[in-house]
Amino acid sequence: MSEKTYKPGNYPDLPPPPGTVGVYGWIRQNLFSSISNSLLTIISVVLLYYLIDGIIGWFFLDAVFDAESKIACRKIDDGACWAVITRRVGQFVYGFYPEAERWRIDITFLTMFLAFAPLLYPDIPKRKWLLYFSAFYPFFAFVLIMGGYFGLQKIEYSLFGGFMLTIILGVCGIVCSLPLGILLALGRQSNLTVVRTLSVCFIEFMRGVPLITLLFVASSMLNYFLPPGTNFSILVRVIIMFTFFSAAYIAEVIRGGIQAIPKGQYEAADALGMNYWQKTRFITLPQALKISIPGIVNTFIGLYKDTTLVVVIGLLDPLGIGRAALADTKWNGLSTETYLFVALFFFVSCFAMSRYSLWLENKLNTDKK
Amino acid sequence: MVVNKNKSSKPVIEIREMHKWFGNFHVLKNISLGVNQGERIVICGPSGSGKSTLIRCINRLEVHQKGDIIVNNVELTGDLKNLETIRSDVGMVFQSFNLFPHLTVLENCTLAPIWVKKLPKKEAEELAMELLTRVKIPEQALKYPGQLSGGQQQRVAIARSLCMQPKIMLFDEPTSALDPEMIKEVLDTMIELAETGMTMLVVTHEMGFAKKVADSVIFMDEGEIIEQNDPKNFFNNPKNDRTKLFLSQILNH
Repeated sequence: MSEKTYKPGNYPDLPPPPGTVGVYGWIRQNLFSSISNSLLTIISVVLLYYLIDGIIGWFFLDAVFDAESKIACRKIDDGACWAVITRRVGQFVYGFYPEAERWRIDITFLTMFLAFAPLLYPDIPKRKWLLYFSAFYPFFAFVLIMGGYFGLQKIEYSLFGGFMLTIILGVCGIVCSLPLGILLALGRQSNLTVVRTLSVCFIEFMRGVPLITLLFVASSMLNYFLPPGTNFSILVRVIIMFTFFSAAYIAEVIRGGIQAIPKGQYEAADALGMNYWQKTRFITLPQALKISIPGIVNTFIGLYKDTTLVVVIGLLDPLGIGRAALADTKWNGLSTETYLFVALFFFVSCFAMSRYSLWLENKLNTDKK
Repeated sequence: MVVNKNKSSKPVIEIREMHKWFGNFHVLKNISLGVNQGERIVICGPSGSGKSTLIRCINRLEVHQKGDIIVNNVELTGDLKNLETIRSDVGMVFQSFNLFPHLTVLENCTLAPIWVKKLPKKEAEELAMELLTRVKIPEQALKYPGQLSGGQQQRVAIARSLCMQPKIMLFDEPTSALDPEMIKEVLDTMIELAETGMTMLVVTHEMGFAKKVADSVIFMDEGEIIEQNDPKNFFNNPKNDRTKLFLSQILNH
């Protein structure tokens, strides 16, 4: 090959050598870069084929989606027996919420997206109006779910269960623990000794105690600590405990974010004459929260999955409903299907949170925009 | 030499026998200094001589333990209620710019005017654009600091300080973190600012800037003001041996 020579300043941009870019280049570099790598690639593809073949067969092709019982399932085909889910899907979603009133849960759930949209997506059109709805939403949801007003039938807490219970606990815990966590993080950094000491004690206590202990306290002892006459329902008590528990973790995550902000930022804000609250609102928190997004979402996901622990105090979360289904002689022994289904629900929720946090991180990254 | 027309004999900063310690370390020793309105003072000295600490005491980013500092007729003491008001009259430009990375250039400039000075948003934006034009980067207003070069960032930082319409500007080694080709654009901005009659205290090693702009040059070493003179005498006829040594070290290459 003859190399052309160019005068200084006349060298054109040449294309990269063939086989180093594009799909072909990627495959060559990553899958077939040497003989042993090529062998590994081929073996992996064969293994994947058998694995996926088996999985698809069990999950879909050989599966039974509706039948009277496990025995009926087995008579039809030998894959998964999803009938345990399809026959009891109402319970998995709503617990023992009366069937005639389930539309209330559906509406609450669907409008929840409308309420969250302006909070999660700052660029949404008509954000200001939607924010009014977001502020009003908690009351709306409370009335609709609990009933007892406007002619809606009052529903007992004890009937709540399934995914609905998980979402209520998870969403309430998440929404309440973020502001509380922020306050605790600020409190821990405060110059006021009393505020700092109280914050440190609260955080260290909540982090130092297993969540299950707190749930037992909520179910049995909390009423002793509260002034006489107050009687929160078990659901509210559990939400309070979840909130406190995850707020302590979030406070520490945010403290990490606050400490990662260079000192110069505060000096610049000081030099401009900003006071503590202005600095906190405009300089500290926007930057600290941005840094802490992965940690905060991590805590949220943890909290969300920990809601399954309420089963130990007798609330029927999806695992409790699953257990009830398995205790039924018709469905005895279908634990794989049941737990996979519950796992799928949790995975979808948590994966969505994780994706959202990635999106938000990218959006807030001001260096490359 | 930039002729200073605005210089008056009205003192805006008065420092009397001021001392400061970092723990047991006596960092500023018996500093006395008066700065008149419109005066431009350059402070130089070897690193660790306390020159940055001195100007940081003037807007109370550092707290002095002994002596008096009076800025705009207000004495800086511990029980000061309106520290924010005094600070908003004293602009400061830092070595490492300290722009707010999560805000656009324009938001950096309007944040404090809107919230500290309670300027209406539109007015603050007009003022910011005017000052960004003065530092010659109005076209960057909607970008984020991370997308600008060092020299541009420092000019934004100057504009941000000026948006508070301060009476005094403090510069803490404004060009030390910059690449050589960007130093000039920042110094030019500062020279233009000097021409408007701003009271300026500048910690810098840019002796060309000192010769051109300063009314008075201060040499500090080991926490003391060793020598203070007008630039001509300071550079041509330094009296103290330490000043001579320092000047020979920074001018001889």
